[in-house]
Amino acid sequence: MSAAATHHGISAHRIQAMVLRYWYLLMSSWPRLLELIYWPALQIITWGFLQNYIAQHDNFFARAGGTLIGAVILWDILFRGQLGFSISFLEEMWARNLGNLMMSPLKPIEFLISLMIMSLIRLAIGVIPMTLLALFFFDFNFFAIGLPLIAFFCNLIFTSWSIGIFVSGLVLRNGLGAESIVWTMMFGLMPLACVYYPVAVLPAWLQWIAWMLPPTYVFEGMRALLIDHVFRADLMVWSLAINAVVFAASFAIFLALLRSAKHHGSLLGGGE
Amino acid sequence: MNVPVMADSETVPAQSPAAGPQGPAAIAVAHLIKLYKTTRAVDDISFRIACGSVTGLLGGNGAGKTTTIAMIMGLVLPTSGRVQVLGHAMPEQSAEVLGRMNFESPYVDMPMRLTVRQNLTIFGRLYAVENLAERIEQLASDLDLKDFLDRANGKLSAGQKTRVALAKALINQPELLLLDEPTASLDPDTADWVRQHLQNYRRTHDATILLASHNMLEVERLCDRVIIMKRGRIEDDDSPDQIMARYNRTTLEDVFLDVARGRVAETAP
Repeated sequence: MSAAATHHGISAHRIQAMVLRYWYLLMSSWPRLLELIYWPALQIITWGFLQNYIAQHDNFFARAGGTLIGAVILWDILFRGQLGFSISFLEEMWARNLGNLMMSPLKPIEFLISLMIMSLIRLAIGVIPMTLLALFFFDFNFFAIGLPLIAFFCNLIFTSWSIGIFVSGLVLRNGLGAESIVWTMMFGLMPLACVYYPVAVLPAWLQWIAWMLPPTYVFEGMRALLIDHVFRADLMVWSLAINAVVFAASFAIFLALLRSAKHHGSLLGGGE
Repeated sequence: MNVPVMADSETVPAQSPAAGPQGPAAIAVAHLIKLYKTTRAVDDISFRIACGSVTGLLGGNGAGKTTTIAMIMGLVLPTSGRVQVLGHAMPEQSAEVLGRMNFESPYVDMPMRLTVRQNLTIFGRLYAVENLAERIEQLASDLDLKDFLDRANGKLSAGQKTRVALAKALINQPELLLLDEPTASLDPDTADWVRQHLQNYRRTHDATILLASHNMLEVERLCDRVIIMKRGRIEDDDSPDQIMARYNRTTLEDVFLDVARGRVAETAP
């Protein structure tokens, strides 16, 4: 038996095994695949036509072409990134497979890394068709943003993983009764992250809270780029710094919730 | 008056539960307590299980069997007390032993949409099994899975699913196998078949098996030793023959009823 030899450190083999598990699942179910593409496509079409309509009647939006569509795509990276992470986690709860995994040599960090990888895969399946629709229907080339897009993407995906780790911990501790948090948590951030409007429109006291959220910097940065044609590196650095703190905190909270679940015997059931 | 807990559990040393007079223990539990709010699910139990033995945990619903096994596996943290598995403290040193043990339980399932082969491939990789394809073929042959190796787990019968769960539990050829109701909801033929396979596995691999069961015939047939639990405590602990003799009964089922209904060895007919 070779298992004993591989118990130290993080194992790429175990991470690969978990990614393979989710890949098998995705490939075995066309509704799961369709769902990944359906909602982003619906979003971009709806908001794209709305942007076209507004641009015909408002000089500002005619000038700042693409801010709405760009915001929709970046929001979807944030939202779908978290869903991609959390749904893979929920699949284990729905399948009552968590006990098998927790009893195996798989470590929590390896489990979370595999969920992050699946989040990227699911995001790619959903968002790439979305960007192509934006290009062909609305003449908005998302990838023309260029290098700043990497900074936007990295910051948003880190936030989505942090939220994903946090809500997965809540479900782990409280069972599937807490499942609705997975679907709704990100929408709680939406008004404060200023996805579709500048931070300046918020009341002063709310702006303080908005600036505590990493995605706020990304959406402000996107508007600066598309409207003023300026890349605000300072905003990206702030976002990254806050993301680092939030990511570390969410991981620590996940471990604490896992420990609490073991204290309360939640891993044996996983139901409501 | 309760039947006294037998020598094995009384010899648990205070500082090193894994080291006992019978040599190294596969499992050593010392003064284990689990409280859920005000309920004492497990109430100060101690026992050692020798390497290569088959031990049955017997008890009615709520006796604490599943919680005890879950604490041994590290899925539930004890309120107090110590657990050592294969010489390592659980859950602190679980990384040292999880690859050398495995389990089957009705409280968990294998992913339903994945085929049997896909499930075994994933768990084989998680346990770093060498020559995995060969191992899967061998298990398929041993456990009669070949006809449905490429069928989704969710489309199997209860008996087939149990055999697949057993294949998963044996994928890494564990030194220690923990089984919670291994034949629950199986027809007598399939249940007998599973017991036969467990006996073979124990013999060929010198493995240690701890199983929780309500099936007294199963325990009589498989186990060298029986630990009877009631309300979180150990009521009796000995070989099946010794326990039946002490209660003056011919079957463990009768002993189980005596214990469940509060009749103790001295007063049982």
